[in-house]
Amino acid sequence: MESFFQEHRARAARLSRLLALPATGILAGHAAWAEMPQGQPNMLTPASTPAHTIANLSLFVLLITGSIFVVVGGLLAFALVRYRARPQEDTSEPPQIYGSTQVELAWTVIPILIVVVLFLTTARIIFAVQDAPKPEDALDVTVVGHQFWWEFRYPKLGIVTANELHVPVRTATYLHLLSADVDHSFWVPQLAGKTDLIPNHPNETWIQPERTGLYLGQCAQFCGVEHAQMLLRVYVDTPSEFAAWVEHQQQPGVQDASVAAGRHVFETEACTNCHAVAGTAAIGTFGPDLTHLMSRDTLASGIVPNTPENLRKWIHDPNDLKPGVLMPAMQLSDQQVDELVAYLSTLR
Amino acid sequence: MADQTFPIAGSIDVTPPPRAEKTTLLEWLHGWVVTVDHKRLGILYMAYAILFLLVGGVEALVIRLQLASPHNRFIGPETFNEMFTMHGTTMVFLVGMMYIFGFGNYIVPLMVGARDMAFPRLNAFSFWLSAFGGLLLYYSFIGGFGLYGMGAAPDVTWWAYAPLTAKAFSPGHATDYWALSLIAMGFGTLGSAINIIATTLSMRCRGMTLMRMPLFAWLMLVTSGLTLVTITPLTASQIMLVIDRYLGGHFFDTQAGGQAIVWMHFFWIFGHPEVYVLVLPTFGIASEIIPVFSRKAIFGYPAMVAASVGIAFVSLGVWAHHMFTVGMTSVGNTFFVLSTMLVGIPTGIKIFNWLATIWGGRIRFKTPMLFCIAFLFQFLIAGLTGIILSVAPWDWQLHNSYFVIAHFHYVLVGAIVFNIFAGIYYWYPKVTGRMMSETLGKWHFWLFLIGFHVTFDTMHFVGLEGMPRSIFTYMPDRGWGTLNLVISLGGLIQGIAVLLFAWNMVASYFRGKEAGSDPWDAWTLEWSTPSPPPVYNYATDPVVHSRRPLWDLKHPDDPDWRYE
Repeated sequence: MESFFQEHRARAARLSRLLALPATGILAGHAAWAEMPQGQPNMLTPASTPAHTIANLSLFVLLITGSIFVVVGGLLAFALVRYRARPQEDTSEPPQIYGSTQVELAWTVIPILIVVVLFLTTARIIFAVQDAPKPEDALDVTVVGHQFWWEFRYPKLGIVTANELHVPVRTATYLHLLSADVDHSFWVPQLAGKTDLIPNHPNETWIQPERTGLYLGQCAQFCGVEHAQMLLRVYVDTPSEFAAWVEHQQQPGVQDASVAAGRHVFETEACTNCHAVAGTAAIGTFGPDLTHLMSRDTLASGIVPNTPENLRKWIHDPNDLKPGVLMPAMQLSDQQVDELVAYLSTLR
Repeated sequence: MADQTFPIAGSIDVTPPPRAEKTTLLEWLHGWVVTVDHKRLGILYMAYAILFLLVGGVEALVIRLQLASPHNRFIGPETFNEMFTMHGTTMVFLVGMMYIFGFGNYIVPLMVGARDMAFPRLNAFSFWLSAFGGLLLYYSFIGGFGLYGMGAAPDVTWWAYAPLTAKAFSPGHATDYWALSLIAMGFGTLGSAINIIATTLSMRCRGMTLMRMPLFAWLMLVTSGLTLVTITPLTASQIMLVIDRYLGGHFFDTQAGGQAIVWMHFFWIFGHPEVYVLVLPTFGIASEIIPVFSRKAIFGYPAMVAASVGIAFVSLGVWAHHMFTVGMTSVGNTFFVLSTMLVGIPTGIKIFNWLATIWGGRIRFKTPMLFCIAFLFQFLIAGLTGIILSVAPWDWQLHNSYFVIAHFHYVLVGAIVFNIFAGIYYWYPKVTGRMMSETLGKWHFWLFLIGFHVTFDTMHFVGLEGMPRSIFTYMPDRGWGTLNLVISLGGLIQGIAVLLFAWNMVASYFRGKEAGSDPWDAWTLEWSTPSPPPVYNYATDPVVHSRRPLWDLKHPDDPDWRYE
């Protein structure tokens, strides 16, 4: 019995692999997605209110357009087979038909009715998402797009961080979208549709996550050389986790006398022109705030894990990891880099 | 049918052409450069387009090689960004526009029974100006950085959103070449459009009322009208961009209070109708080929004309559906949802009329018809994904994802390129006097069909999985690797198919079998004159009595004009 099931399951697995071949259809695609681990940026596995609403609308629209395809495509295929020229037929011409007003009217009215249905459904969702009233307890975050990283500011909480956004689950978070240079677009498919960050044109979007977890996204409007590596990570925390994170981020930078040499390098080698560490002389704003650098999981806008080796590589020559990045290699000696990494590693 | 023709009585010059004097290469070349003959200019347009189709195709393959696996190091980000900017600009302006006006130039005067275009010199000027624009674009590979050093092609995407194109973010001259070449090509295109409008409106032969004009000529007329309206904002915005970059203007300079959104409006009020500029003439090609190979008159000719004009008109009011994510008001978004969905109605009418033309016919599956059949299915899908994208909330997700890339390649390749291939197989015998090989043609068709679907069907899925466009690489943990490999393989198959096509064109020119004047047993005027047509097209002005003058001649017992 056991072996029967195993064999059966193996066959099903083989079958589903076969079905998962692309271009076999929407259903096969669905089968493939079901196996994906959570966190992949798939718009049809939503985890937040606007994304969920959109996904439901999507399936409705897919149903209608899919039906149209089956009907019209079927008629077309039927006509091609039924009316193919057969070799045994004589060469005379088929009866000539020039048109019919009734038929034209019929196939004009039906598409109009379909458009009415689709339009009304769509309009409802547009207003529901765009004009949703802002709840009293909503969290406000200002997102500033930079070439090629994200700045997150929590104005009411006094927090500034980069590339990794933390929000509480089930609470609405309102994102105010600004740009420091060129156009960017904030897109985390499982949380919400994308909204552009355009200089001189403040935008707003909101999310209300249903589940905790890590959600991935990235910049979706071409913004220059490293557009591809302007990645986004959104951590949806439980309320207590979020409160702890907020409290931690509100602390000034750690002052550790044992790494004074590294701090000296940091404060004298132009690092402070772009970077800030709260509670020190470093108040630059062109690059990410480093006050709690070590509390972040990744470096360089989400492209590598935040390890001392990667940090070393990054400082030594940022262009190695991210060709075209705006942070210059400061031509530091090996010793200086070591001291600097030691200092930065204390910024928890 | 091969050699037997049904000339419009007395319209064919039976005296043999004077034996050509032996010309030197220089004289031959000079002849092509100074020509004002619409047929020679049509061939020049087509040759130019095919050359750049190969160049743009190579750029696409470079893009696909780079994306075949995550974290690939085949080319760096700078080169990749240049490749997709050049691929887009090349395919739209140097291939698409050139093909359209190539077909228009060669076929329209023949179809309406004219001896040339209305303004032959303007015609030559338009071609050479457009051709110069294309060279200017590619010269950026040499001169892009100007005094900074080595060359660089533009790398700001083909929609070139401000303020990325400002001096601050795009130093050097690459962006200047891009803007200037589009200005040059824009003026060339305007000249061609004016010419086609004048030709169709005032050069038609006796008896050819507007409602007897073949659908291809009709669609070229509609397209040219649309071109006049849409190229203008493009050219205006390019001039503003150059002013911003060199004369201290602040139209799009956000650092000085300019508006990035203004560029988007200017660009898309050109950019969206541009898709219809490219696709409408190919609807005309399909509307010529499908009836001939189904052996039936086009169903609902007046409805087809009305639907074409309708599409062109509505297409002018849909541009901001490219901007659903820029933060328009809910009312603004809703308006553009409705206007975009409305395009589906005339488009649906066209598909149904083609279907009704096939219905009850005797379909001959020659190569041109095969391409048109594939077009019908693919355009159906492209239209439906277009409806999907017009649903603004879903577009907030799909915008700038690979789903959009899949959608517009379904239009640009699945509809436009398939129909262009169909048109070339259909009219090649008229242009050269030789048939293209059916065997190679079928190989080309099936390989291209398979490659097309492997590539672009798969792109829909990777788009739904959240892959954005314009990225030179992606993280392995996103799970897009396998699908991207499949997409790249499909691209390779398409590349092989296009090479087969190029070989077919060359080989058939020397070894193809004689076509005669009317190899397809067709019905429009161009098939009544020898292949290739003499310089003056028709010895006497033809007179027509219906939409299908050759049908009337072949079936004097049952002519069309009794029913129209």
